[in-house]
Amino acid sequence: MTEFTALVKRDIALAFRQGGGMSAGLSFILAFLVMVPLAIGPDQATLSRLAPGLLWLALLLAVLLTAERIFQQDHDDGSLELLSMCPLPLELTCLAKAIAHWISVTLPLAALAAPLGLLLNLGADRIVPVALAMLAGSLSLSFVAAIAGAITAGLRRGGLLVPLLVLPLYVPVLIFGIAASTGNLGPTGNLPSLLVLLALTMITMVLQPWASAAALRAYFR
Amino acid sequence: MKLTASALACERNGRVVFSGLNFSGAAGELVELRGPNGSGKSTLLRLLAGLVPLSAGVVTLTPTHDESLPRLCHYIGHHDALKNSMTVRENLAFWSTMLGGRGADEGLHHFSLDGLSNDSVQLLSAGQRRRLALARLLTAPRFIWLLDEPMTALDAPSRKAVLDMIAMHLADGGIVIAATHDDWDLKPDHVITLGTVA
Amino acid sequence: MSSSMQILANPNLFQRIAAMVLPWLAAATALSFAAGLYLAFFASPADYQQGETVRIMYVHVPAAWMALFVYVLMALASAVALIFRHPLADAAAKSAAPLGAAFCFLALATGSLWGKPMWGTWWVWDARLTSMFVLMLLYLGYIAVWQAFDDPHRAAALARVVALVGVINIPIVKFSVDWWNTLHQPASVLKLTGTAIHPSMLWPLLLMALAYTLLYACLHLLAIGNEIAVRKIRATRLKDIEAR
Repeated sequence: MTEFTALVKRDIALAFRQGGGMSAGLSFILAFLVMVPLAIGPDQATLSRLAPGLLWLALLLAVLLTAERIFQQDHDDGSLELLSMCPLPLELTCLAKAIAHWISVTLPLAALAAPLGLLLNLGADRIVPVALAMLAGSLSLSFVAAIAGAITAGLRRGGLLVPLLVLPLYVPVLIFGIAASTGNLGPTGNLPSLLVLLALTMITMVLQPWASAAALRAYFR
Repeated sequence: MKLTASALACERNGRVVFSGLNFSGAAGELVELRGPNGSGKSTLLRLLAGLVPLSAGVVTLTPTHDESLPRLCHYIGHHDALKNSMTVRENLAFWSTMLGGRGADEGLHHFSLDGLSNDSVQLLSAGQRRRLALARLLTAPRFIWLLDEPMTALDAPSRKAVLDMIAMHLADGGIVIAATHDDWDLKPDHVITLGTVA
Repeated sequence: MSSSMQILANPNLFQRIAAMVLPWLAAATALSFAAGLYLAFFASPADYQQGETVRIMYVHVPAAWMALFVYVLMALASAVALIFRHPLADAAAKSAAPLGAAFCFLALATGSLWGKPMWGTWWVWDARLTSMFVLMLLYLGYIAVWQAFDDPHRAAALARVVALVGVINIPIVKFSVDWWNTLHQPASVLKLTGTAIHPSMLWPLLLMALAYTLLYACLHLLAIGNEIAVRKIRATRLKDIEAR
């Protein structure tokens, strides 16, 4: 357990010291948000209607952009090989890195994206449902990013492979995330969708350690 | 404790890197791997480290252990596994924790890195980085040391420090399997020469 | 490995068995296509609502079934490669992907063509077409993994993971997209095939499905043979390089 937390702490520290995690993600979301009215016009009613969807897209793309970095550095400097020889099983190592990614990147972005919806005329009463939905889906976003990150860990020109692998896996989270964002708070509104997001989190939590470890082992040879 | 390898064969990228390899190393013995570049020295070390699968043959430990072979080995390869944005001490302490070891002090002291403890690894020279990477061997006790050309980028005093460390480990009953191009002051107990395989 | 597995594992033996089986498979494919196409385009009734355009269904629906079926086979082959290390399993998975992607594309294209006379637009995001689209992305992602790595062993190991993660995702995506679709189309449930299929339409459909399956079997056997040949060439080249 100490090894698990040591790894999580180290990865969080590295994310903050090296940058390119949350701050870069936030900058990307801001850049995306400024493109929106340029693309679809500044009409407040349209923006307001589309705001939850656009915020979710911005969040997904921002997290997507950080996926490659989850395993790449440790792969390049030989740390992953050493970690595979440590007492902590490689699967738990992968889980620790995914959780560290969540804490340092996805969680902050999920919390910060909703208030930025004001730029798109998101109703002030909508901010909390959107934020809640994003927080509920955030862990599965990190888990999926970690799966793709492991598959592309040693790839120089990873480029478009990560989005191609990740986006189909994000479809369920997006669908239920939006549903939870636009419904009303309460058992007939958001709650079923929030519960589905929870279920998706559990599915990806089980899948990610196995998939990431299997992918990383392909790189050791 | 004795490590025995029989009829080892390994394939990489569809080519046979070596086959029919036999060797053994007992407690306190230094096994040297020699051979030209591409002959499979690194591959053999990585195979023992559990990173590359065996195509044929078997590696046995007597007496048998509950843990798998990689858990009983230290591996020093060509990469440092050091993070530039962490300090010298932080790097070593991290590996000590992950390996279930006893801390960074001994390693830092043996390689005269105490003075650099709180400096960022970013600032170190190649030789200092190599020493820090090797210091990992002293953070946790493991029987078998797999060293791939450990003396690279090291000056004479540092090489002596490495040899002292190896000698101490052998005296404690450990096994060292090292790939090297040079002759060391420490005489090996076994020398395995890997040739280019047809 | 059991002896039957061993037989299939030996590439040369596989090639010989495939060569024996292929003519029969090809004949069966031709026959079922002949029968299926005849029934589909001549002997089955037109739909009372859609008229003759309903006949696209006989091309579209089996293609969609095949697209899904082939991905499942691909995942199965990947699992066999992972668990049993069967040497031809990776080749089977790799060569299945373009075939599955082709069926998927056929389903999407014919779905679009079918939609034009019905809805007046070239594309509609109904539940099935949307799920098919995501399936297409899953295929493209899988194929891209094979392309992205120079070392075929590494590519194979990673592709297995992608196929297995993808196959788990398929039912989840289908469930999600179906649910999403009901949110956005509460009143009119547009179903391409109507609520029930009359036997006079069912038989041509099943026959076409059989024809597609046989066609797939032929093409897949050929594709695996191709993959084996590619591997042999690579091995020979490596030996040449080593010898110099």
